[in-house]
Amino acid sequence: MWTFVVRRLLYAIPTLLGISIIVFLITRLAPGDPIRLYTFGALNVTEEDIQGLRAYYGLDKPLAIQYVTWLTQAIRGDFGMSLIYHQPALGLLFERLGATLQLAFVALFLQLAIGIPLGVMAALRRGTWVDNVVRVFGVIGHAVPQFWLGLMAIILVSVTLHLLPSQGLLTVGKDVWDIPDRIRHIIMPAFVLALAGIANYSRYLRTETLDVIAQDYVRTAHAKGLRERTVIYVHALRNALIPMVTALGGLLAVLVSGALVVEQVFTWPGVGQFTYAAARAKDYPVIMAGVMVASTLLVLSYLLRDIAYAIVDPRIKVK
Amino acid sequence: MAVGAQTAARVALGVPQPRPSAGLWSNAWYSLRRDRLTMVSCAVVLLIIVLSAGASLLAEYVFKTTFEKQDLLHTYGPPMLDPPAYLLGSDEVGRSQVVRLFYGGQVSLFVGFVAALIQLTIGVLLGLVAGYFRGRIDDLITWFITTLNSIPTIFLLIIISALFTPGALTLTLIIGLLFWTGITNFVRGQTFALREREFVTAARTVGAGPARIMLKHILPNVLPLIFVLTAIDVGTIILAESALSYLGLGIVPPTPSWGNMLTNAASYFNRAPWLVVSPGAMIFLTVLCLYLIGDGLRDALDPRLKGAS
Repeated sequence: MWTFVVRRLLYAIPTLLGISIIVFLITRLAPGDPIRLYTFGALNVTEEDIQGLRAYYGLDKPLAIQYVTWLTQAIRGDFGMSLIYHQPALGLLFERLGATLQLAFVALFLQLAIGIPLGVMAALRRGTWVDNVVRVFGVIGHAVPQFWLGLMAIILVSVTLHLLPSQGLLTVGKDVWDIPDRIRHIIMPAFVLALAGIANYSRYLRTETLDVIAQDYVRTAHAKGLRERTVIYVHALRNALIPMVTALGGLLAVLVSGALVVEQVFTWPGVGQFTYAAARAKDYPVIMAGVMVASTLLVLSYLLRDIAYAIVDPRIKVK
Repeated sequence: MAVGAQTAARVALGVPQPRPSAGLWSNAWYSLRRDRLTMVSCAVVLLIIVLSAGASLLAEYVFKTTFEKQDLLHTYGPPMLDPPAYLLGSDEVGRSQVVRLFYGGQVSLFVGFVAALIQLTIGVLLGLVAGYFRGRIDDLITWFITTLNSIPTIFLLIIISALFTPGALTLTLIIGLLFWTGITNFVRGQTFALREREFVTAARTVGAGPARIMLKHILPNVLPLIFVLTAIDVGTIILAESALSYLGLGIVPPTPSWGNMLTNAASYFNRAPWLVVSPGAMIFLTVLCLYLIGDGLRDALDPRLKGAS
């Protein structure tokens, strides 16, 4: 088992290297000079000052050297100073990581808590209206643009009905530990973020459950005279849930990705919103750090998925 | 009736029945025609395409306005039937929402379909090569896919568009260059299996080269399900483009796209909530129909899967 984990960890290294190369090239090959943008409109800035700043940030060296310098520092956790905030880029992002993870995990919980029962229900009542509703929802949930759903939710719930707040982590001026206030703030963004996943899970689990209840061992369980509930929950559901573990990794990816748009709609101060603002301002160190943080989250979630899969399904050979 | 009786007699005698010769495509078309949901979805997508393509004609003859014509006396107009230009209301500078919606459709659909075509081409070619040659090439392609898949797509799109500020054409190209991994994975897996089959060995014995085997022998076997994936991808790309344009990074005004129409509408939703409804509804409807077409195609092309997903 441990060799498997170590091996998978080692596999993550070339992936992370590849990501850093791609992102580095994109940021450096882009037209537009961050220093000129940064000093734009400032008085008393001479050409010499600009050259000095370029040298200070290492922007005057060849690409390969810039990359190696950046990489050796990045490995030590130093992603450089934000060109706008004059603070370490990674630190700024870590301050926002909590908000993103909070949102992602609440959304994940909603997906599991709603998606799984929906899928099982649909499979057990195959062909009835319940099944049809779940199937239609399974397609619709995927096709709704998240940001539009968010806007509509704000218009309906916040503006018209005044039920929930439409932006931020908590009401300004309230105590940080005012949990009810925080819950009121997270409901809408979490549901909007979770919708696609709920649809996905219900669809997926419906297929799996249908597959499993057609298996021989389920028939055997029935033949032994076990109660319907025991058959479903002990024998069928357990096996139907195995492939869900694989889906989990992919869904975390969707959550991290989707969080950016949802964070923007609900002004949720997370990694996505911050990276987006950095990209608009061409704040290169923050952009690099933001993408690396988001990608590392993704790689880690893939890793967890593979390990979880190996634990759940003993048929998988641990090489 | 006579044919029915004949068939019954054949069955009774145990004689193998003559099967009407129907290929994969005619079989699929047969079941598609009977799939009402898929046919309706196709009709809706076609209608949206026609309305968008004819946007300038519609604007001139039906709505009697253009997509950029402003009317500062009629800003934030609610939907009304007269004049027809304000069928879906007017925006913050009095432009006709319905006309802009059709123009926006041109851009959104163009990006969706063309980018899907680009990613399809790249995806199929790389998948065939990786699956057929295996070894080093396969390792390289797989590594690249893993890497690309490990960067959240929206982050990548946002960085690229923020730094390069691409136009509609460049944006299409970029999206096409980022979305091919799913198709490659699928084609690669299929090619792995197919290259061991007898007909490939047979082709090789008569001297067919790798290119011929891949394109003439393996590709036709993979193609049907690729269409399914493509229909779904067009929808996914339209969603991605609209999100990007909404964030102000994709298609930039004054060119209307469904996404960037929502950017402005979002800041005025206190005064004109209906401006938020229509562009989003168009995206939703288009993507929904494309997904349904994908599902329907899959059922038609592979009857075993019917009702499974």
